[in-house]
Amino acid sequence: MGLISNGTTLLDAGAIDSGVPTGAMTLIKTLTASSSGTLSFVDGAASVVLDGTYKEYIFKFYNMHPGTGAAKFRMIASADTGSNYGVATTTTMFEAMQDEGGSNETVRYEDGDDAAQSTSAINISTGVGADADECVSGDLHLFDPASTAFVKHFISTTQFVNNSGTPYCKITRVGGYVNTTSAVDAIQFSFSSGNIDSGVIKMYGIK
Amino acid sequence: MGLISNGTTIFDAGALDSGLAKGSMTLIKNITLSSAAASISFVDGASGVVLDDTYKEYIFYFNNIHPATDSANVQFQVSTNTGSGYGIAITSTYFQAQNAEDDSERALEYDGGQDLAQGTGFQTILGKEPGNGNDESTSGFMHLFDPSNTTFIKHFIARGNCQDAGPMSRDGFAAGYVNTTSAVDAIQFKMSSGNMDAGSISLYGIA
Repeated sequence: MGLISNGTTLLDAGAIDSGVPTGAMTLIKTLTASSSGTLSFVDGAASVVLDGTYKEYIFKFYNMHPGTGAAKFRMIASADTGSNYGVATTTTMFEAMQDEGGSNETVRYEDGDDAAQSTSAINISTGVGADADECVSGDLHLFDPASTAFVKHFISTTQFVNNSGTPYCKITRVGGYVNTTSAVDAIQFSFSSGNIDSGVIKMYGIK
Repeated sequence: MGLISNGTTIFDAGALDSGLAKGSMTLIKNITLSSAAASISFVDGASGVVLDDTYKEYIFYFNNIHPATDSANVQFQVSTNTGSGYGIAITSTYFQAQNAEDDSERALEYDGGQDLAQGTGFQTILGKEPGNGNDESTSGFMHLFDPSNTTFIKHFIARGNCQDAGPMSRDGFAAGYVNTTSAVDAIQFKMSSGNMDAGSISLYGIA
C-alpha cells in the first residue's frame, strides 16, 4: 500500500519515497567489539554498503578499549572486498597532548606513526591505555571510495588516554590517501597488538 | 494505529518504525539568545533536552557567539547531577593556528593557558579571545562522546574559529576527557568574563 498526499508519494513498497527528505546522514552499519581481533566493513556483506551510493562515508568510534596497553588504533583498506587488505597508503599525523599532572603540553608532528606508501595497517592513534576506564573515541571520513579516477582521501580524529605512568590526554589527527584508482570496497579496524576488547563502530553514508 | 506498506511497518505506536531508513542526525534543541545571558545550559530532561543514552554522540554547533566583554573565551563544564553542580575534573589539550589581517603573528602553537589538568574549572573551546566589536564573534562545534556511559571517561573534541580584536583569525582546537565514570547529564556554556551578548547553540544527537 502506498501513501500519497496532495499528489506527492510519501510511502510506497515498504519504504519512504526517495523524493521525501529523510536526512543526509544515514546509519549503514553498527559493529560492536567483544574481544575482537578486527572489525571489518565489507561492501555487500552483512548489509554493508561501501560503494558509489554515497560520496562520503564516516566511521565513528565509541569507547574503543584495547585488550593490550599502549596498542595503537589502526585502519587498513581493501580493493577486493576484503580478500586482501593492504593498499599503499600515505599519511600525515600530528597530535596534541598533556598529562594529568599538567606537564608535557605540546602539539607536534608524529613522524614515527605516519605512513609513506605503507601496505600495513595505518595508525590513526598512538598508544591507547587499557585501564578499565580508558579508551579511544573519534571518527574517520573516507571520501568517494568508489572513484576509479582518483586516490582515496581520508581524515581521522581520535581522542584518547595514553597508556603511561601518568595518564596523558592525547588527540591525534591523521590525513592521507589510499593510493589506488581502484574502488576501495572494504575497511578494517584493529589495534596494533591484542584484541579490541570492547567498543562500537558506526558507519554512516553522506548523501 | 499502525501503517504497513508492502508488508513493512512504516509507523507504529506514534513513531516511525526503528527499522525504517531515516536521517541519523537529529536536532534536539536550539537556543538562540534574544538578549544577553550569563550562561546557556542543556540539562537532560529539561526544556525538551535529551542528554542520555538515546544517542552515542552529541554535537553542539555554535553560531556567532558574541561576547559582551572583549577577548572573553567560550567555555564549558559538565554536571553529573542534572545541573545541580558543574565542575567535574577535566584533562585536555588546546592548540591553535592564527594569522592577523595584516599577515603578521602567523603561528601554530600549543596554548598551555587554555588547557586543564584534572581541573574542575571551565574549559575553553572554539577560537580564543574573540573580539566584542559589532561584527566579531566565534563559531564552531563540539562533539561529546557517549556521555551516559558508566564504564569509561567521556571524551570531547571541539574546534572553532574566531575573529579576535587584533583583528586576527584564530582557529582553536580543544579536546580532552571528563574524568568520571558517572553519567554526564548536563552541560553549561558561558564566557570566561561577562555575558554572551548574542549567538545560538544547537544540540544534535547522532543515532
